[in-house]
Amino acid sequence: MTAAPLVGTDPASAAGTPAGGRRGRRFDGPARTAAGFALGAALLFAVAPLTLSDFRLSLLAKYLCVAMVAVGIGIAWGRGGMLTLGQGVFFGLGGYAMAMHLKLADAGPGELPDFMQLYGQLDELPLWWRPFASPWIALPATVLLPMAVAFGLGSLVFRRRVRGAYFAILSQALAAAMVILLVGQQGTTGGTNGLTDIQGFFGYDLDDPVNQRMVYFIIAASLLALLALARQLIRSRYGELLVAVRDGEERVRFLGYDPAGVKLVGYVIAAGMAGLAGALFVPAVGIISPALIGIVPSIEFVIGVAVGGRATLLGPVLGAVAVAWARTALSERFPGTWTYLQGLLFVLVVAFLPGGLASLWALARQRRSDPAGARWWRRSRAADPAETRTEVSAA
Amino acid sequence: MTGPQLDGLCVRDLRVTFDGFTAVDGVDLDVPPGDIRFLIGPNGAGKTTLVDAVTGLVRATGSARFGDRELLGRDVHRIARLGIGRTFQTASVFEELTVVQNLDIAAGATRSWWTLARRRHRVPDEVAAALETIGLADRGDQLAGALAHGQKQWLEIGMLLVSDARLLLLDEPVAGMSHEERDATGALLETVSRDRTVVVIEHDMDFLRRFARSVTVLHAGKVLSEGTVAQVQADPRVQEVYLGVDTASEA
Repeated sequence: MTAAPLVGTDPASAAGTPAGGRRGRRFDGPARTAAGFALGAALLFAVAPLTLSDFRLSLLAKYLCVAMVAVGIGIAWGRGGMLTLGQGVFFGLGGYAMAMHLKLADAGPGELPDFMQLYGQLDELPLWWRPFASPWIALPATVLLPMAVAFGLGSLVFRRRVRGAYFAILSQALAAAMVILLVGQQGTTGGTNGLTDIQGFFGYDLDDPVNQRMVYFIIAASLLALLALARQLIRSRYGELLVAVRDGEERVRFLGYDPAGVKLVGYVIAAGMAGLAGALFVPAVGIISPALIGIVPSIEFVIGVAVGGRATLLGPVLGAVAVAWARTALSERFPGTWTYLQGLLFVLVVAFLPGGLASLWALARQRRSDPAGARWWRRSRAADPAETRTEVSAA
Repeated sequence: MTGPQLDGLCVRDLRVTFDGFTAVDGVDLDVPPGDIRFLIGPNGAGKTTLVDAVTGLVRATGSARFGDRELLGRDVHRIARLGIGRTFQTASVFEELTVVQNLDIAAGATRSWWTLARRRHRVPDEVAAALETIGLADRGDQLAGALAHGQKQWLEIGMLLVSDARLLLLDEPVAGMSHEERDATGALLETVSRDRTVVVIEHDMDFLRRFARSVTVLHAGKVLSEGTVAQVQADPRVQEVYLGVDTASEA
């Protein structure tokens, strides 16, 4: 109960409350943003590479890819209210588009990728693989293909006013369908194994730790770029409109907007972010397979976002990295128990901290600025009706 | 603040049927430009359904024209863009956004994507003007969810003003308001009706007597009586319907 109004106030400040007024005392505005990005850049580009081993750094690269998906989910779900349980589809489309290109590049001009020679019984490259031989097609496709699929699905779904749990289930079904499709077409998709054993990345040998670092830096830079984009979106008029659609779709409609279009844009952007994450995941990990993009990973993307705080800018990123890191750390020590711990964590956050860990931060800040906590108490009581409604919609 | 023309609402033979139940049964209604028309009637008379039909929320047959535009058969948001604005019985403002953000969104249904993609750097003039009109000028940065009940209703009316609605359909705007708030709301309606047409669904007879310019009484989906407040009050059929309902509800 206590967390909700704070979650309510925090994103509102991010959504464009003018600096000044009652928030004027706080370190805010462009200086704060610049400092935040500088700190993020210092951590990602200096501290992490200097302190982590090559192995840990490549793990971090993987986590940062998950965090990029999380930034998109933060927009679609946190700001737009679309609980998408199928981001694995878009992650997978980006990943497969990249992996197909890298496999073709590994095989060399005119040759078939290794797995096709093994069990494909193919004499020549399938038609739909051919465009991916060109980096000029494959690279844009890693982002544009997921966006196109999201546009198609979203156009069908949002105009028919499918939302809430129905939308979540539908998006999850899409992830299941995608996995079935990939597994069923083993000869051309690699089936359950996926596309494995990727050696090179545009001429660079991925086995070389120096090149792995380069991939890490590309991923870190991309994450910061996506955060900058998400920040702009959240603070723009569109960002305010997206929150309005989340909280009162019908009201928005009666003001003369088509909410389907508003949601579609957020969903498509989130899909593009997931696609880019999938594309960069491939050189970082060297594989893309159905097990990495199906229902379970799709839900895991969402868990990280929920734990971190879905309606904030940084919450999804930190939550995604923290959950992914905890998963590695705990499954190293207690194999087999991670699934239960993850489920428990999700239940605890949803039940007691619907705004995620980011709301703890907001709470601490309130307490610090007003030690007695009186102001916080007053405000949380003043915002009571909003709070009740948030809880209901969150449940 | 608004376009030059002042239009009226013209409804002909409007019918709404839900699974065989006829909620609105052949209503004819003429609201002249600049009127403050009160729609009254017992519960289930079809008042809200009539507004739902005019705003595209439910399907209806017949005709509903605003100015020279037919409204029936269009999507909700397209009807809204023709200048038809409505409120709901429960105030529906965006509680997690500030008052200014609420108004700014209401003002922007025709904004380009390019404008939407950027930040709002100041309070737009029409938003500032509406803040004055609805008496919330000092609360612009407050979250709408923290407003008092009456203030939320005013905010919602303000949202219709900035959206350039030229026909306002208000569903029980003073329900749950104090006397002072009712007076302020009535004064607001009179200000607003200078360059707009207003239709109010209301149960509060005292409020009606003070602010209605004309009244339409609905009963069982049909128009029972129409005219000035005095004419409607003197109509024996209206007295019969209301007395009947009163005894039924007290029993």
